[in-house]
Amino acid sequence: MESPLMHLALVGTPNSGKTSLFNALTGSRQKVANYPGVTVERKEGSFVTPQGRQVSVVDLPGTYSLRGRSPDEEITRDFVLGRAKGETPPDLVLCVADSTNLRLTIRLLLELKNTGRPMALVLNMFDIATHRGVTIDVPKLSEALGVPVVTSIAVRKKGTADLLRLTDELLSATPSADHQSSRQSAWRPLTVPELRATQREADRIIAATVSLPARPDTWTARIDAVVLHPVGGLVVLLLILFVMFQAVFAWAQPLMDLLSSGFDAIGQFIHDQLPGGLLQNFLQNGVISGVGSVIVFLPQIIIIFLFILLLEDFGYMARAAFLMDRIMGGAGLHGRAFIPLLSSFACAIPGIMATRVIDNRRDRLTTILIAPLMTCSARIPVYTLIISAFIPAKEVWGVVNLQGLVMFGLYAAGIVSALGVSFVIKFFMWRDYQPAPFMLELPDYKMPRPRSIAIGIYTRAKMFLQRAGTTIFAMMVLIWFLASFPQPPVGATEPAIDYSLAAIVGKAIAPLLSPIGFNWQIAVALIPGMAAREVAVAALGTVYAIEGGKEAAEQIGQVLATKWSLATALSLLAWYIFAPQCASTLAVIRRETGSWTWMGVTFGYMLTLAYAASLLTYNIAVAMGAG
Amino acid sequence: MSENCDTRPHLPLGLAKRGFAGTIQHLSATGTGSSLPDMELESRLIELGFVEGARVEILHEGIVARDPIAVRVDNITVAVRRREAMAIIVA
Repeated sequence: MESPLMHLALVGTPNSGKTSLFNALTGSRQKVANYPGVTVERKEGSFVTPQGRQVSVVDLPGTYSLRGRSPDEEITRDFVLGRAKGETPPDLVLCVADSTNLRLTIRLLLELKNTGRPMALVLNMFDIATHRGVTIDVPKLSEALGVPVVTSIAVRKKGTADLLRLTDELLSATPSADHQSSRQSAWRPLTVPELRATQREADRIIAATVSLPARPDTWTARIDAVVLHPVGGLVVLLLILFVMFQAVFAWAQPLMDLLSSGFDAIGQFIHDQLPGGLLQNFLQNGVISGVGSVIVFLPQIIIIFLFILLLEDFGYMARAAFLMDRIMGGAGLHGRAFIPLLSSFACAIPGIMATRVIDNRRDRLTTILIAPLMTCSARIPVYTLIISAFIPAKEVWGVVNLQGLVMFGLYAAGIVSALGVSFVIKFFMWRDYQPAPFMLELPDYKMPRPRSIAIGIYTRAKMFLQRAGTTIFAMMVLIWFLASFPQPPVGATEPAIDYSLAAIVGKAIAPLLSPIGFNWQIAVALIPGMAAREVAVAALGTVYAIEGGKEAAEQIGQVLATKWSLATALSLLAWYIFAPQCASTLAVIRRETGSWTWMGVTFGYMLTLAYAASLLTYNIAVAMGAG
Repeated sequence: MSENCDTRPHLPLGLAKRGFAGTIQHLSATGTGSSLPDMELESRLIELGFVEGARVEILHEGIVARDPIAVRVDNITVAVRRREAMAIIVA
């Protein structure tokens, strides 16, 4: 009871199973935030030891050394050394090792020992090591290293019992962290000869205490023979991507429809229960449909993270980066940019967040700048609406549907322009650009652990919903306000939005947009579309005074087909390939780059591209007689 | 150490073909053309287990210019580009 809160830190190399151990210790009692001033994810959780100690545990970013060569690794170093601002120095550092692969972790542990923090080595995935014929003399290893050593199986029930017992023992023996703070200044980065010496020492200790099996993991070798084959590997990668897209776009649809009609029903319920007026309008159109339009994407976010976490846990992600490295290198992108860009097809927000795995700042920035060009799922409603209204559903070349072909073309245009922009950035901004090295461990394959994945998805979904509940909610309220005030005069015949601030702004900017074929109604719709692209569809409905409902989209399509020229429609499609119309993406770019400048740069270049593309499309279309 | 390290010619791992198996003789990070400073490149290679005496084997290579390569270093597999692998002298 009166025992103070103890602080634990998990340190380990990437792929050491640190995160599954963290999940096993804390379950869902986790908090994901950012370290102040940097965009490194800070994962903290808590648990109670068998003796009743309250323990707070932080899962530090994976690292091979304390030198701190990326923001992630600097956090790990500063945290362990007790230099991190606003953080309590850990009472105990747990160094987590993959029991099947001790070399790199033992070296890290020898380096960690110099910091003077109390620590212990956790031999994680001990069951897999035993299964593969690795035998470890635990007491002897502990003696050689001079730190307590404990085995654990993070994925099994009671697999962490020994670890919990040891934690109790060690915590009752250690003085509180304040007494140790004087020691931290002694640490300095290792020189190359020292580094080499610690690796030799680690190898010597391993040779004396661990016996390795005669043959390595044959499964990994067999899978890699296919998956890393220069041609076969790319085919497998394409297949995986195909299934992933299929899942994101097809499997999510029923759930999204369900959510969307759920929100419609709630909106309708409010509409029926409340007297007509401002409050009713605010709740139904501002709150429910606003937040609903964002939450509808939850199934897609969950599915994309399910795939990413599964592939990550399995050990495939590093392989995908390996296969794509040189292919993307041609456009000035790092192999590790592949996954973030892939996620951006669902939504640029998780994509931009996933760029954290890229340790070189320039590579990361390039990836962030082009991620919004990947066709995110929010553009689909807009594309679908315009394509179905203006592009005839006829067959071309006998087999291909023209509508599908246009959709494919829009996706391809996004990818090609992303690669082009990346190339231009590399060529003009960073003349002295030299590719950052690609050095990556390809871990042995492991069966994904459902519990770990479930926790991963849960924390991501929670983050997404929190954002939908705060930032996006605030935006929607603002847009509702702009679209609703001032109120139309009594007896007004035009739709209410005609009298609003949104219309005033829309009409003011309409002259700017007339060269690209947009009328003022489109200009008005682009304003609420700032919150989320797909909202533009609903806004067009409002502007053209169409009653909402199940067939709304179809009706808008019919109205548009009579009011717009084909050139205008094509111009709007071109606009949406590039337009930076997503306030949440811009907010995430601002947060991840830590600068308003890069947010401005993204907004500026995308707007310029959008205008240029639309101008070109409109004028060519008019010249060809589609005006 | 491999028994044949005296008889085989030394070469940078960056030039070795797929299927090559040998032992690391030493690291020489100068003039590899890597964007990393020499010290940093050497440190990172050591941290990934590329130390003198380690057994290496090139398991896989990429489709473009046979790059990057997947190298078995003792009992782990590491992906590196050939440019950085030029610093690893093997025999």
